[in-house]
Amino acid sequence: MSTIAERLVLAGATRRDFLLFCGKLMVAAPFGLAITEAMTPEAVAQIVGATRRPSVIWLHMQDCTGCTETLLRTSQPDLATLLFDVISLDYHETVMAASGHDAELALHDAMTANDGKYILVVEGSIPTKDAGIYLKIAGRKGTELLQEVASHAAAVVAIGSCSSWGGIPSSGPNPTGAVSADALIKDKPVVNLPGCPPNPYILLATVLEYAATGKLPALDAFGRPKFAFDRVIHDHCPRRPHFDAGRFAKEFGDDGHRQGWCLYRLGCKGPVTHASCSTRHFNEIVDAWPIGIGHPCFGCAEKAVGYSLPLFSLAPINKATPPAMYPPVETSRGIVEGAAAGTAGVIGGILLGAGYVAARKFDAAPFEPPSEPPGDGGSAS
Amino acid sequence: MTVSRRDLFRTIGAAPVAAIAGTAAASGKRTAPPDALGLLYDATVCIGCKACVAACTAANGLQPDTAMSGGIWQMPEDLNPQTKNIIQLYRSPDGAESSFMKRQCMQCVDPACASACPFSALTKGKFGIVEWEPSRCIGCRFCEISCPFDVPRFEWAKFNPKIVKCELCRHRLPDGLQPACTEVCPVGAVIFGTRAELLREAHRRIDANPGKYYQDRIYGEHDLGGTQVVYLSHVPFAKLGLPEVGTESRAHYGEKVHGVIYKGMIVPVVAYAGLAFLMRRRFKVHDEEVQRGGHEEQL
Repeated sequence: MSTIAERLVLAGATRRDFLLFCGKLMVAAPFGLAITEAMTPEAVAQIVGATRRPSVIWLHMQDCTGCTETLLRTSQPDLATLLFDVISLDYHETVMAASGHDAELALHDAMTANDGKYILVVEGSIPTKDAGIYLKIAGRKGTELLQEVASHAAAVVAIGSCSSWGGIPSSGPNPTGAVSADALIKDKPVVNLPGCPPNPYILLATVLEYAATGKLPALDAFGRPKFAFDRVIHDHCPRRPHFDAGRFAKEFGDDGHRQGWCLYRLGCKGPVTHASCSTRHFNEIVDAWPIGIGHPCFGCAEKAVGYSLPLFSLAPINKATPPAMYPPVETSRGIVEGAAAGTAGVIGGILLGAGYVAARKFDAAPFEPPSEPPGDGGSAS
Repeated sequence: MTVSRRDLFRTIGAAPVAAIAGTAAASGKRTAPPDALGLLYDATVCIGCKACVAACTAANGLQPDTAMSGGIWQMPEDLNPQTKNIIQLYRSPDGAESSFMKRQCMQCVDPACASACPFSALTKGKFGIVEWEPSRCIGCRFCEISCPFDVPRFEWAKFNPKIVKCELCRHRLPDGLQPACTEVCPVGAVIFGTRAELLREAHRRIDANPGKYYQDRIYGEHDLGGTQVVYLSHVPFAKLGLPEVGTESRAHYGEKVHGVIYKGMIVPVVAYAGLAFLMRRRFKVHDEEVQRGGHEEQL
């Protein structure tokens, strides 16, 4: 198997194209990856160029092919370079020319040729209800196919929210019993790249990292690579200054919305969604991502947010930070908190009650003239 | 550290003795230890980003105070049980003059809170940091009342309330970390170091920029007996809420007054003797009235 550099030379790729591609990779993975830790695109190009092309097998489960579509939208490198020269995409139902028995043969050949070395990319969730009969490819159930291909893989990458945590097919009432890839694959490392779709450069960075260094990137508790999923969208949102200053769009098309104000009041889930969309936009077009085009983030990448919380409901703020307003130096003291006020009220009430009872007792005392009825002292005073 | 019943009684028993013997000690002026740590806040540098406010809350395990904003922002109005550090704004009525102000514990050289604390829950600890020891605190809030800078705050709303105040991130220092506020400050408006270093740096800034700083003076070098957190500003310190009340510490003043009252226990003995005499006479009159068959029930 040839290295990426050798293949690119054969394909007639220019040095400039390749450097551009490596620059893109560095944007996709600014830190947390061994291959992009080098300071310049030239140094990254050295590492990536010397890497042997990783063999990739791509399986479709219950998906919309959106994650494939996002891969097709990469332009640095373009799709042909990517598929044939950077990675070796040996089986992919959407983009391969073969069909029928030829396609199944291709899968078999790819698995035997790179047994234990290929990377399996899973797109879509896997139906498990009724013994998994809701998805069949070439007469085999999705669960069987996944188990078989995964058992010969080096690592598994679950691309998209569906294969990462269930996605749309798993949202209520989940008629097919859809589950994520890591719910079924227990004996292989699984990297989750949630998003609907995720940024394709995150997939490329993960795959190239594994091919170049033999190691997967550092993962968080949900199996997501930290280099892309360690912060919430809110942390780096271009509209964050509007949030801090309290400038919110109140409805679609109002003055604030037209001026690009914060979309939090319209239901933006940026504060609870871990993803890197706010720093890595799509299709190499600036502002090509939901918030960039004026729609609130709906939390596609976060389990229990996307397809779970209502689209226009307010997101909880788990990490409240200060606004761009200031309290004055001279502030009024003595904000009475609820419990303190309650305690003061109870004590005051006890004192009042005790005073009343004591007054009654004094009034009932027999030093009053006997003509007055006892216990009716209130009128006498 | 826990306080046993025995310790408690010992403290109570020792108080009058200390009051008699302690007058001599109180008359001496306290100075900062040589390794005293502190902060230098330069109001002319601060950009008001409040990174220190957010970092302080996180580093001290506090819940951001979002009550004023309905849960959206950390928006404290003042130092409070959830806020050990705050950035406030001074603006003159005509708007011509303005300055940010960072408030937190001043780590006084001779702290009034420690002097007022009846059980030494607040003490001058390592590096001169004013430390609060929960197991000794009885919740009397004398520290809150005595502090000239209005810093310690009592958790009124809690069932088991604590005193909350900045302790210069002393839990971070053993790990070689600096306080969270100085670590995150993007412009170096607040810097961390020993008090001697910080005063040297402040003097350097004043010498390099004559007339830039208010009265060419460092607040806290001598004010109120000296503080380990010191300030430079272009507006009068009083506008930033720093009291201009001379160089004597409140603790020193208070202990001086106590020293007069309890000197040789003369005043208490005379006062108690007078009270005893009055009560004795009153009882005598009362007894005589009872013997005469007087109006006991009307007493």
